[in-house]
Amino acid sequence: MVTQRQIRLFWRPLAHLACALPLVYLMLELAEVGGLRLGANPQLAIRDFLGEWGLRLLLVTLAMTPLRWVTGKPWPLQYRRLLGLWSFAYLALHFVTYFVLDRALDLSGIIEDIVKRPFITIGFLAIVLMIPLAVTSTAGWRRQLGGRWLTLHKLVYPIAILGCWHFYWLVKKDVREPLIYCGILAVLLGFRVWKARQRAPAG
Amino acid sequence: MLIRKTTDIKPSEITPESVFLNRRTLLRSAGFLGASTLLPQAHAADDEIPAKYKRLTGVRPSPLSTKAAPNSFDEITGYNNFYEFGTDKADPAAESGRFRPQPWKVKIDGEAGITGTFDYDSIVKPHTLEERIYRFRCVEAWSMIIPWVGIPLGDVLKRYNPTSKAKYVAFETVVRPAEMPGQKYPVLDWPYVEGLTMAEAMHPLTLLVVGVYGVELPNQNGAPLRLIVPWKYGFKSIKSIVRISFTEKQPPTTWNLSAPGEYGFYANVNPAVDHPRWSQASERRVASGVGSLFASRQPTLPFNGYSAQVASLYKGLDLSRNF
Repeated sequence: MVTQRQIRLFWRPLAHLACALPLVYLMLELAEVGGLRLGANPQLAIRDFLGEWGLRLLLVTLAMTPLRWVTGKPWPLQYRRLLGLWSFAYLALHFVTYFVLDRALDLSGIIEDIVKRPFITIGFLAIVLMIPLAVTSTAGWRRQLGGRWLTLHKLVYPIAILGCWHFYWLVKKDVREPLIYCGILAVLLGFRVWKARQRAPAG
Repeated sequence: MLIRKTTDIKPSEITPESVFLNRRTLLRSAGFLGASTLLPQAHAADDEIPAKYKRLTGVRPSPLSTKAAPNSFDEITGYNNFYEFGTDKADPAAESGRFRPQPWKVKIDGEAGITGTFDYDSIVKPHTLEERIYRFRCVEAWSMIIPWVGIPLGDVLKRYNPTSKAKYVAFETVVRPAEMPGQKYPVLDWPYVEGLTMAEAMHPLTLLVVGVYGVELPNQNGAPLRLIVPWKYGFKSIKSIVRISFTEKQPPTTWNLSAPGEYGFYANVNPAVDHPRWSQASERRVASGVGSLFASRQPTLPFNGYSAQVASLYKGLDLSRNF
């Protein structure tokens, strides 16, 4: 049996470390350590790397509740907030990279992108929707909002759908990779629908 | 046809010859690695080009070259699209090792006096190779400066006596799933096909390319024979060509078949006509290294800066509809 103390002192720091690893890898690529390189188009390499890891962590976050059901153990729930916040950190940096490095703070160009290009519209919307979730992720906010907190945090479902959709829409032709993300998301959300049906009284 | 130097190159791309030469001597004497990229005939530093690539001889420079400094050999050969080897831009370099570009034969057929199957040498050898340093603009809004080595396509085509019925030229890429792992998946309809109007094919800027940076074309860049049409998006410049057909009707083209709303037959570089999913108004000049992280995009030029030479080909054509 894992104690709260063990979680606090060992497992949670380990989870933080694991979540930070892609960022460390990116730093090593930036510093060109050990033959690691960002390649010929570094701005886009950073932007895409951050976006992909943000989306992966979002899916991992969403896997925690089904994992609790499958294992019958409560511990996966203790990592949801941590994973969700890391996902937000990656996706916020993903947007900052696009804004600062790719578009060089060209505000009118960015607004045009958000308005005119549907895949950017939905990606931007997903990140904006994540902000209230990140802000209200603290225990204090959770107490203050009471029952509404859970309702608010159901936003994570449309956010994840928008994120996967954004990925699917942006690829030029080869949709195999985004389809894997969409498939995983479908399983994770399907799990919840199935569970909800089970709970509902047989009609 | 009147060949004029393009007038819409950014002033920043043009270096006065005196400065140019001074910089060469300076950098040379300093033993600076990048100095070679400033030579009028682009030769990367010898230690940058792997010895396995055979150096091409008798290559003459061309007045049609841009004076902008070319991208590095690494950038040109390590970051590109060649879906036959995979859809990631690092895939062509990583997955093309098994490809055998020689011996090579090309079938030339259709509306021409001389048709048949010809080997590489009989197509290339009668011509003098030229170095053409061209701007290259991908439809994905990135660009490079690339020192191609090749022959004006028109000079080659003329030898096969196209008839008056030849209105278009169609091209086809080789299909070898065993050597080209990307062809194992139907991401696109293989073989990759492309086409040009006869006027575009005969235009002096249109190049049948056999090399880059003074060496034979690496597999990942479309060995041993590819097309370069510098005023069109990169996907028009078909690679590893095994068939050239003179046709009366407009031939099908792969990306147009795949997504007709996004890719047209002409695919001329045009900042005023956006791709449905992204803007074509600006482009990112590919530049590796942390030092280029804060480099900004640059405006895309109509016909990729070759308006003066090619705009007349499209007189009376609505370019926003015929994208």
